[in-house]
Amino acid sequence: MKIPVNLKINGDPVELMVEPDWSLLAALRTMGLFGAREGCGAGECGACTVILQDQRGQRTVNSCLLLAQEAEGAEVTTIEGLANGAGGLHPIQQAFIDHGAVQCGFCTPGMILSAKALLDENQDPDEMEVRAGIAGNLCRCTGYNQIVEAVLAAAEKMKEGSS
Amino acid sequence: MSFTYARPRSLEEALDLFAQAREKAAYLAGGTDLLLKYRKKEAAPGLVISLNHIPGFDLVEEDDREVRVGAGATLRVLERSALIAARFPILTDALKHMASVQIRNAATMAGNVVNAAPSADTAPPLLALGAEVVLLGKEGERRMALKDFFAGPSRTVMTPGEILTRFIIRKPAGPAGGGYAKVSRRKAMDLALVGVAVQLELEDDLATCARARIALGVAGPTPIRSPEAEEVLKGAAVNPESLARAGNLAAQESSCRDSLRGEAWYRREMIRVYVRRMGLLALKRAREASTS
Repeated sequence: MKIPVNLKINGDPVELMVEPDWSLLAALRTMGLFGAREGCGAGECGACTVILQDQRGQRTVNSCLLLAQEAEGAEVTTIEGLANGAGGLHPIQQAFIDHGAVQCGFCTPGMILSAKALLDENQDPDEMEVRAGIAGNLCRCTGYNQIVEAVLAAAEKMKEGSS
Repeated sequence: MSFTYARPRSLEEALDLFAQAREKAAYLAGGTDLLLKYRKKEAAPGLVISLNHIPGFDLVEEDDREVRVGAGATLRVLERSALIAARFPILTDALKHMASVQIRNAATMAGNVVNAAPSADTAPPLLALGAEVVLLGKEGERRMALKDFFAGPSRTVMTPGEILTRFIIRKPAGPAGGGYAKVSRRKAMDLALVGVAVQLELEDDLATCARARIALGVAGPTPIRSPEAEEVLKGAAVNPESLARAGNLAAQESSCRDSLRGEAWYRREMIRVYVRRMGLLALKRAREASTS
């Protein structure tokens, strides 16, 4: 017996019909938002990472371990909500492309959202801070170095843009 | 199998919901333990009671005597708390090395303690700080030292329906410092092979130990203190030699086991090494705190 959950996804108010025990991940994917993936279903790989905003503030979470019903009244940002409406990519997305940080692409949405959360809090991270910031996102392809370089490059670009 | 979900706005409502549930109920905070168990079919509550929408449940506050940490406070909020970093860096040490940012954004310190894994990273620092927990049930509130809280692997003295509502950590009267080491292979997303927490209260000479608390994780069926090691430091000068003696005793008093993740002899060896290292870190922090 499905129940309604009302929340905002990428800025749009949405009413999801969910089974009571559905994760937010499952609910997002039924909506055709396939950027968040189930890599492990156990909160270890980060492929399901989304940005959640509610009365407690804004933070990245593993959507596989968040009940869809817990997201009632919240605002969720997925990778699909990151690029600007005019077709331009977010600087982090562009940097990932420029620095060869995308191979199979499975980890990429979660990785980019974790990077965004890091840079939102810390505009000038060093390499170790970047590695700590993406520690909850596993990549089987790149060996992480290109990803770290991309995030550092995006940080530079975003600092330029804001000054 | 599914469950019903409830979102009470007060602790009283949560307690009532639990009491009324004819099926088994479970409280939900961060969900990083409960939902994982549910997915693996190791837990099957009929009613899930969310504690995440109770105003004030995550409050962190201090007064002259103590710091009170609300059970709803997430690991991430506590990790970044200037108050905790200033007063109890031994706890910040643990928080920074747990799981991942995403997990810490949801998980709570209360959940870590209540799930009572022998490897729970917040337990040794809280034991070393002499922390107390406050439990609320239908019959009322009770308060106890954390060292009396653990009953066995993943078992506590809580009765069904009880909610851990807050931690109380007394501020030390004199110079004090501590450190926690999580010995593990990976720097993130890993369980501790062994966890070592040392908190020292010093005499005013900043060299003699007035009182020590040493707590270990993954060194027994529950997080434990090391009373013999603590005794050997009491009244002694704090230096590598006295800390080495304490480390040896802590290793001997522990009940480390072989497991898939590591062998007992190695765990004991790491206890020896890290009691000494964390003792020196505690000394350093105590001295730094008292000169600032």
